[in-house]
Amino acid sequence: MKRLVLAFPLLVLVVLIVALGRGLSLDPREVDSPLIGKPAPAFTLPLLSGDRLVNQDLFLGQVSLLNVWASWCVACRAEHGILNALSKQPDMHIYGLNYKDETIDAKRWLAERGNPYEATLRDYDGQVGIDWGVYGVPETFVVDKHGVIRAKRIGPLTWDYVNQELLPLLEQLKGEA
Amino acid sequence: MIAAVGHFTLAAALAVSLIQMVVPLWGLRSRNVSSLSVALPAAYASFALIVCAFALLTVAFLNNDFSISYVAHQSNSALPLIYKISAVWGGHEGSLLLWMLMLTGWGVAVASRSRKLPLEISATVLSVIAAITVGFLLFVLLTSNPFERLFPALQEGRDLNPLLQDPGLAIHPPMLYMGYVGFTVPFAFAIAALLHGRLDTAWLRWTRPWATWAWSYLTLGIMLGSWWAYNELGWGGWWFWDPVENASFMPWLVGTALIHSLAATEKRRVLASWTILLAIAAFALSLLGTFLVRSGVLVSVHAFATDPARGVYILGFFSVVVGGSLALYTWRAAKMSLQAPIRLNSREGLLLVNNVLLVVAAFSVLLGTLYPLLVDALGLPKPSVGPPWFNATFVPLMLPMLALVGFSWRVNWWKADWGQAVRANRIAMLIALVGGLALPIVTPNVRGLGIFVAMILAVWCVVTALAEILGWLRKGRLPPASVLGMSVAHLGLGVCAIGIGMVSQADSELDLAMRPGDVAEFGGYQWEFEGTEHLEGPNYSAEHGVIVVRGDQGQELTVLEPEKRRYRSQPGNPMTESAINIGLFRDLYVSLGEPLGDQAWSVRLYVKPFIRWIWMGAILMALGGAIAATDRRYRMRKTQDEGVALAGAQA
Repeated sequence: MKRLVLAFPLLVLVVLIVALGRGLSLDPREVDSPLIGKPAPAFTLPLLSGDRLVNQDLFLGQVSLLNVWASWCVACRAEHGILNALSKQPDMHIYGLNYKDETIDAKRWLAERGNPYEATLRDYDGQVGIDWGVYGVPETFVVDKHGVIRAKRIGPLTWDYVNQELLPLLEQLKGEA
Repeated sequence: MIAAVGHFTLAAALAVSLIQMVVPLWGLRSRNVSSLSVALPAAYASFALIVCAFALLTVAFLNNDFSISYVAHQSNSALPLIYKISAVWGGHEGSLLLWMLMLTGWGVAVASRSRKLPLEISATVLSVIAAITVGFLLFVLLTSNPFERLFPALQEGRDLNPLLQDPGLAIHPPMLYMGYVGFTVPFAFAIAALLHGRLDTAWLRWTRPWATWAWSYLTLGIMLGSWWAYNELGWGGWWFWDPVENASFMPWLVGTALIHSLAATEKRRVLASWTILLAIAAFALSLLGTFLVRSGVLVSVHAFATDPARGVYILGFFSVVVGGSLALYTWRAAKMSLQAPIRLNSREGLLLVNNVLLVVAAFSVLLGTLYPLLVDALGLPKPSVGPPWFNATFVPLMLPMLALVGFSWRVNWWKADWGQAVRANRIAMLIALVGGLALPIVTPNVRGLGIFVAMILAVWCVVTALAEILGWLRKGRLPPASVLGMSVAHLGLGVCAIGIGMVSQADSELDLAMRPGDVAEFGGYQWEFEGTEHLEGPNYSAEHGVIVVRGDQGQELTVLEPEKRRYRSQPGNPMTESAINIGLFRDLYVSLGEPLGDQAWSVRLYVKPFIRWIWMGAILMALGGAIAATDRRYRMRKTQDEGVALAGAQA
C-alpha cells in the first residue's frame, strides 16, 4: 500500500508524458475541418460597431476571410501585424469574428493595434463559434463567392502560410465563376 | 574562426561533463576515492569551457559577425550595445548556452563548498549535475548549435525582436535561469540522499541554503518578467497567466513548498520523503517549463523560438531524468529513516497545510496550462481556459495561506497552544482589522467587497512579520539570520498581496480621443495632450507624444512621453512604448493608440494604485530568502563536524 502511494508521482508523470507526446505529434494546425466544402453555417450576429445585424449572406459575391479573434487571446497579437498588412491589398475582404469577448476590450484592441476588418461580428457567448467548429482562437476561414468554406487555418497566421498557401488559394478562388 | 573555436569548446565541455558524470559513479561502485575526487576539477573545467563558449558568442555579437546564423537572426549592426549583449540570450540557442553557464556555475558553487560534505555525497551531487549538463549539451550540439555557420554570410542582421529591446529583459532571463537551474542542486542532493539511503540533519543543512538561493533567484526573475511585461507590452497588465509565465510560476510554488517542508523536516523529522519528492518536482517543473517554451506545443507570446524536433528531444530527456528519479523515489523512499508521525495541530502541521495549499495551487496552474493540450490529446474540441480559471482557483487557495502565515511563528512545534497564539497576536489582529478596512476605504475607485477580506489578511501578514522583527529588536539584538530572513520574506508576501489586491480591485482606465490642447479630467488628475512629433531612433522611427499631468490644484506633476514605434525589421507590427510616472501609492500610465487623423490620437490613461508594491514585495521575498540562506548554522557545520570527529578520536 505504501509502495503504491510512493508510486503515485510516477503514474502522474506517465500520464503527463503521454499527453505531451501526443501534443507534439498532433500539429494542432493540421486538423481538417468537416466544414470544408460546405456552405458557411447560418448565423445572425450584431456588428461590433453595434449598428446592425448581419447574416451569412455577407460573404456572397466575393472571396472573403473570416478571422476568429479575441482581445484576451495572446496568439492573436502575433498574427495581427499580418492581418493589418493583408488588409491593405486590393480586393481583400477580411471579416472578424470577435469570440467570447467584451465589447469595450475588443474595441480598444482594434483602436490600439489597427483594424484590418471590413466588419467585426460579435459572438458574445461563442454559440456561432460552436457552429463553425472553432477550436481555439485564433482561427481563419476562407469563404468563396458562393459562401462555401474552402479552407481553415487553426492557430495564428504566419507569413510562410500566407505566401505559400493563402494568397495562391485566394487568387484561385477569385478566378472561379 | 570564432564559430569553429566555439563549437570545439562545446564539444570539449561535453567530454569533460561525461567524465564528471561517469567516473565518480564508477568510484562509488568500486569504492575508489581518487575516482570520486575527479568530480571536483571536472566541475571547474566544464564551467571554464562553457564560460569560453559564452564569451566567444558575445564577441561574435559585438563584432556583428553575421556569418554565424544565430547572430544574423538575433542582432543588427544598428542595435545599441546593451541589447547586443542581451541579444546573446535573446534567442533559443543562446538562452540554452546561458542555461548551461548557470548550471555549470552552480556546479562550481557546490564544488567550492564541498569541503563541508562527505566526498561520496559531493561526488554524487556533482555527477547528477553533470548528467543534466550532458543532456543539455547534447541537445545544443545536435539540434541548436549557436555557432552554426551561415553561408553566404548576411550583410546585415535581422535584428532582435523589438519586444526584447528593453533593459528589464536584459536581466530577466539570467535571474530566471539562475532560479530554474538552481533547483538542480536540491534535486541532485535528493538523488544523492536516495542513492545513499541517507537523510539526516546534516543532509538537510546542506540542502536548505541551496534550495533557498534558487528560490530567491526565481522570485527575482519572475518579478523582473512581470515588470517587463508591464513596461513593454503597453496595456498596463503585470501578469497574464500566459503558458510561459506559468512555466516559471509552477516551480516557484513547488519551490516555496520545498523550502518550508525542509524546515519542518529539519526541526521535527517529519515529511522526509515528501521533501525529497518536492525537490524532484521543483526541478521537474523547471524542465517542463523549458519543454513548454521550446517545443511549440503551446502557443504563447513568449515562445519566440519553437521547433517540434527540439520538443521531441526535450520530452525524451525530461522522461528519462524525471522518470528515472521518480522510479528511484518509488524504490527507495520507503527506506528513508526519518519518519516521525505528524500532528496537524502544531507548527509542522501548519507547514503541511501550507504545503498542501501550495502544491494544489501548482496543480491548478499546471492543469490550466496543459488543459488545451490534454483535451487535444484526447481528441475532444479544444476550449480556452484564460485568466478566469486561474483567478477562480488560485485566489481562494492563497487567502487562507495569508491567514496562516501570520500565525506561523506564534504556533509551537509539536503542539500548538492556540489560546496563547491568539493572545500574543491581539494587537496585530486589531491593526490588521483596522488597516485592512481603512486601506480600501481611502483608495479611490475600489470595487467589490472581497478586497476588504484580502486587505485584512495581507495587512495581518505584514504586521505580524514586523512584530517579529521588532520583538527581537526590543530585546536589544538582531534576530538570527534565519528568523530575520523568514520575517522579511513574509513581510514581502504581505506587501505583494496588498499590491495585487489593490491593482486588481481599484485600478481605473480611460480610453479617449485627444487632439493637441485637449484636457481630460480622470482619476483626480488633469491630463493635457500637447500633440505628437516624429522621431528617428537608431533602429526604429517613432511618433512621440507629450502629455502633461496636473494635480487637482492645477500644479504640474509630471510630463509623460509615450511613443508608438515602428522597428525597421518589423514595420507591420507597431510597438507601444508606454510612459509611466512611478509613485509609491499609484502609477500614472499613458499609452498611445492609433492616429485618428488631423493630429488627433486615441490615448489610453491608467491610474494603477499600489502596483509598485507587487514588485517591492517580490524583492523583499527574494531578499528574505537571501538573508535566510546565509544563516550561520549552515556555515558552522565544518567546525562542529571536526569537534565530533575529535571527540570520537578521544573516546
